[in-house]
Amino acid sequence: MSGYFADVTALARKDLLVELRSRDTVPAMLLFVVGALVVFHFALPEDSSRLAAAGMLWIALLFTALLALVRSFVAEREGTVIDGLLLAPCDRSAIWLAKSLSVFAFLAFAEAVALPAFALFYEPVTWELIAGVALANVGIAAVGTLLGAMAAAARARELLLPLLFLPLAIPLIVGGVGATLAEDPARYLGFLALYDLIFAILSWASFEYVVTE
Amino acid sequence: MIRARGLGRRFGDKRALTGVDVDLHRGEFLLVTGPNGSGKTTFMRLLAGLLVPTAGELEVETDRARVGFLSHDPLVYRELTPLENLDLYGRLYRISERRERIGMLLERFGLWDARAEPTADLSRGMLQRLALCRTLLHQPELLLLDEPFTALDTAGAELLLDELGRPEPRDRTVVVSSHQPERLADRPTARLALVPA
Repeated sequence: MSGYFADVTALARKDLLVELRSRDTVPAMLLFVVGALVVFHFALPEDSSRLAAAGMLWIALLFTALLALVRSFVAEREGTVIDGLLLAPCDRSAIWLAKSLSVFAFLAFAEAVALPAFALFYEPVTWELIAGVALANVGIAAVGTLLGAMAAAARARELLLPLLFLPLAIPLIVGGVGATLAEDPARYLGFLALYDLIFAILSWASFEYVVTE
Repeated sequence: MIRARGLGRRFGDKRALTGVDVDLHRGEFLLVTGPNGSGKTTFMRLLAGLLVPTAGELEVETDRARVGFLSHDPLVYRELTPLENLDLYGRLYRISERRERIGMLLERFGLWDARAEPTADLSRGMLQRLALCRTLLHQPELLLLDEPFTALDTAGAELLLDELGRPEPRDRTVVVSSHQPERLADRPTARLALVPA
């Protein structure tokens, strides 16, 4: 088991190093999420409710996540580096877990900027919102990484990934918005945690079949 | 080590490889030749386990950890340095004395001075040398080399031939596909000539 986590650590470290050198993903996410919040700020009427503001935030976060997911396997796709990883004797699910961790880190980084911007333009950030965002990140990273790997093998990957991901992200939006606005956020946070658990296990178990024949 | 009977592979309606029979024992050397489109790369990818056959049978008596595959692409990250790329693979293959092994290979293939440069800045020939380092890093017992002389200069080709002539590891089985079979003329070699399917 320690070997498994050593593989995950090596692969996740590689993903972070690749992003640090290329700076392809995180800067684009930051620009997009802040830009989207600014645009929504001017698009919403002045007397719009906090319900609308929360909805806008979750839409902005979801599409920001898509940016990360579309790019999540670019480095492996270029020059078919994924073949090198598949040839290695590590458990293939370690590739998924490492990539999910790096996607989670990129999302957390973008949200560390987005949430203060949300507080500036709209409303104060609550602990329920932070908890909802953190739990939704787990689900986005788990499901999105699996679908990103599937889409990476396709020619129309930029089109395919949103088509696959957005329907599966609807429960995350329901849970996230519910946790942000409901009287009883614990119910929605529990729902998000359950989603994370189920889809993380499914993604972990099925990744090998997605990347191999 | 390798036994194939009626081995074939289709991609959709297109037949890439058909009816290949091979018997290769441990320690033997197989040269695969054939014109473009004859299925050499498909054959090598089948042996590496990156593809599954759509026809026939294939048995390769070794596990993934003991296979070294040199592909058309170097299978390295452009954003990382040669040292970082080899270190990643060294960790995944759980190589003991990883740093010493990596240093020795980089030295042998003339990449030591470029070890800290971004891989994206390397020439095609240097990339091929790095790919050879990656392939040989874990001292595979089954070595699959798909067009290994591509982009190598004379010195690089000599290094590769020298590597193939090494006695270690013992009983290493080697399969090479090449358009330049004359380079391997002095080796005791079984041959497999593929024709377009």
